[in-house]
Amino acid sequence: MTLPEGWEMVVGLEVHTELRTATKMFCGCANVFGAEANTNVCPVCLGLPGSLPVLNERAVSMAMAIGMALHATIAPSTFHRKNYFYPDMPKDFQISQYDLPINSGGYLDLPDGSRVRIERAHLEEDTGKSTHLGASGRIHGADRSLVDYNRSGVPLVEIVSGPDIRSAAQARLYASELRAVLIATGASDGRMEEGSMRIDANVSVRRNGEPFGTRCEIKNLNSLRSLQRAIEFEAQRQVELLEGGGVVRQETRHWDETVGATSTMRVKEEAEDYRYFREPDLVDLAPDAAWQQRVADELGPMPAERRAAVVGLLGEPSDAQRDAIDVVIDLGLERFVHATHAAGGDVAVALARVANELAAAEDVSKLTEAAFVATIALESSGQLSATQAKTVLADLIASGGEPREVAAARGFEQLSADSLGDIVAALIAANPDEWSRFRDGDDKLAQFFVGLVMRETKGRANGKAVIAELHARR
Amino acid sequence: MSGLTRTEVAHVARLARLRLSDEELDLFTVQLARILDHAADMQSLDLAGVVATAHPYDLINVVREDVVRPSLDRDVVLAAAPDAEDGCFAVPRIMGEEL
Repeated sequence: MTLPEGWEMVVGLEVHTELRTATKMFCGCANVFGAEANTNVCPVCLGLPGSLPVLNERAVSMAMAIGMALHATIAPSTFHRKNYFYPDMPKDFQISQYDLPINSGGYLDLPDGSRVRIERAHLEEDTGKSTHLGASGRIHGADRSLVDYNRSGVPLVEIVSGPDIRSAAQARLYASELRAVLIATGASDGRMEEGSMRIDANVSVRRNGEPFGTRCEIKNLNSLRSLQRAIEFEAQRQVELLEGGGVVRQETRHWDETVGATSTMRVKEEAEDYRYFREPDLVDLAPDAAWQQRVADELGPMPAERRAAVVGLLGEPSDAQRDAIDVVIDLGLERFVHATHAAGGDVAVALARVANELAAAEDVSKLTEAAFVATIALESSGQLSATQAKTVLADLIASGGEPREVAAARGFEQLSADSLGDIVAALIAANPDEWSRFRDGDDKLAQFFVGLVMRETKGRANGKAVIAELHARR
Repeated sequence: MSGLTRTEVAHVARLARLRLSDEELDLFTVQLARILDHAADMQSLDLAGVVATAHPYDLINVVREDVVRPSLDRDVVLAAAPDAEDGCFAVPRIMGEEL
């Protein structure tokens, strides 16, 4: 969808990411997703009187890692109380950073070559989670909300982009690249479906060359698809409103995924008075050079660089291969592809196996690079079929070991080149019409013979080896 | 004079969920105005040579290690809640936004 001629959208994103610390931001309660409700709570994250927050050192390190990855400036910072009343925030304020954030300035380069400025990336705490019960048949209190404080106080970094994004597709690209960067820093697991990365979008429109229009903020977009659709809808809505002689009201809007539309949540002027003031229970944060250096030393290369390294092994990757590379980089598994390349193996096959079989595994620590490389070699040489190679990898991932032994234990006998030749010869003799059509240049018949060979060998043959055999005999 | 209005005081009271009577509004408007006047007096001083005080304690970087410590027992926690259901705090339904 594109806006009518002469119009342009202006978008800035606020991305909240939960940090992968062991504990919460200001207390020692475990930071885990999916625990039983209210089992990871204490006086601090319940906001009980007299409790005092103590800052998590690792959350600070992770925030700095994010800042460094985004080329931001790390500066002395302070904490503020953002005051408002909502039951999922038992203290009645959220501890956040206000005028002095830990990271400011910076940028993110997108795969399409565009650059989006980063205004700031600051630390704050997450709120609890409320579930709203609709009116039911109960006699009393049917209309109420249930609150789980396990998430209350989980460390967050909020990354605020500049108003540099000009299309919904670019917004999506920014969010997906940022997600990859966050994962690469080790600060986030990037799981949008679990709410560990959430996005608010500020959207306005203007006629080309005019100053920025009034913006609306769309809250809590929790998938890349929702982000793109919501921005497309909202920009279109604003253009139609303005072209019809109306005005855009500054407000917060809610995206309804099923309806595919945004709607007013609250009007800006009547809320948004948070009365920020310094959090008196926390002192200033000013990480020294040594602390910053420790964080910098642990920071590996970022996704763009790692992606380019894998692309370099493939030359001209297809779209499917590019998607596979994204998966492999997200999961940090590209060492298997590089090991295959170093051993002179088939990089394309290796990439496919890593992006599928390895990516599907919870844990690949038992699979050594050498065993992986050897499995790919067995598959490429036709000693294992693709199906067999996948099974061998699954066994290696589950229990470790050496691929030849695993294949032998599975009864995957090696199909020698001689016996494959014999089988192909017999099948050619049994199907003279198809063979002559193939000889006359009908390449589609190759698949017919591959199918016969597979049936004959119960899937043990290598498809590519069969095709090579057919061509050798043509 | 700070020029603080009664309307502004009523607004701040509403944000803090304080219900004030008309008499209290009048009283607090006068009192708060005096506090703001005092702040304005200090603003007018030349403090160019004075380092800003961020905190009465001269401390920075007070942090703890990222090590899990035991949480509270849920039964104890929920016993202190006005109402509970399904292991959660039960509160009057919140209309509007999810934060």
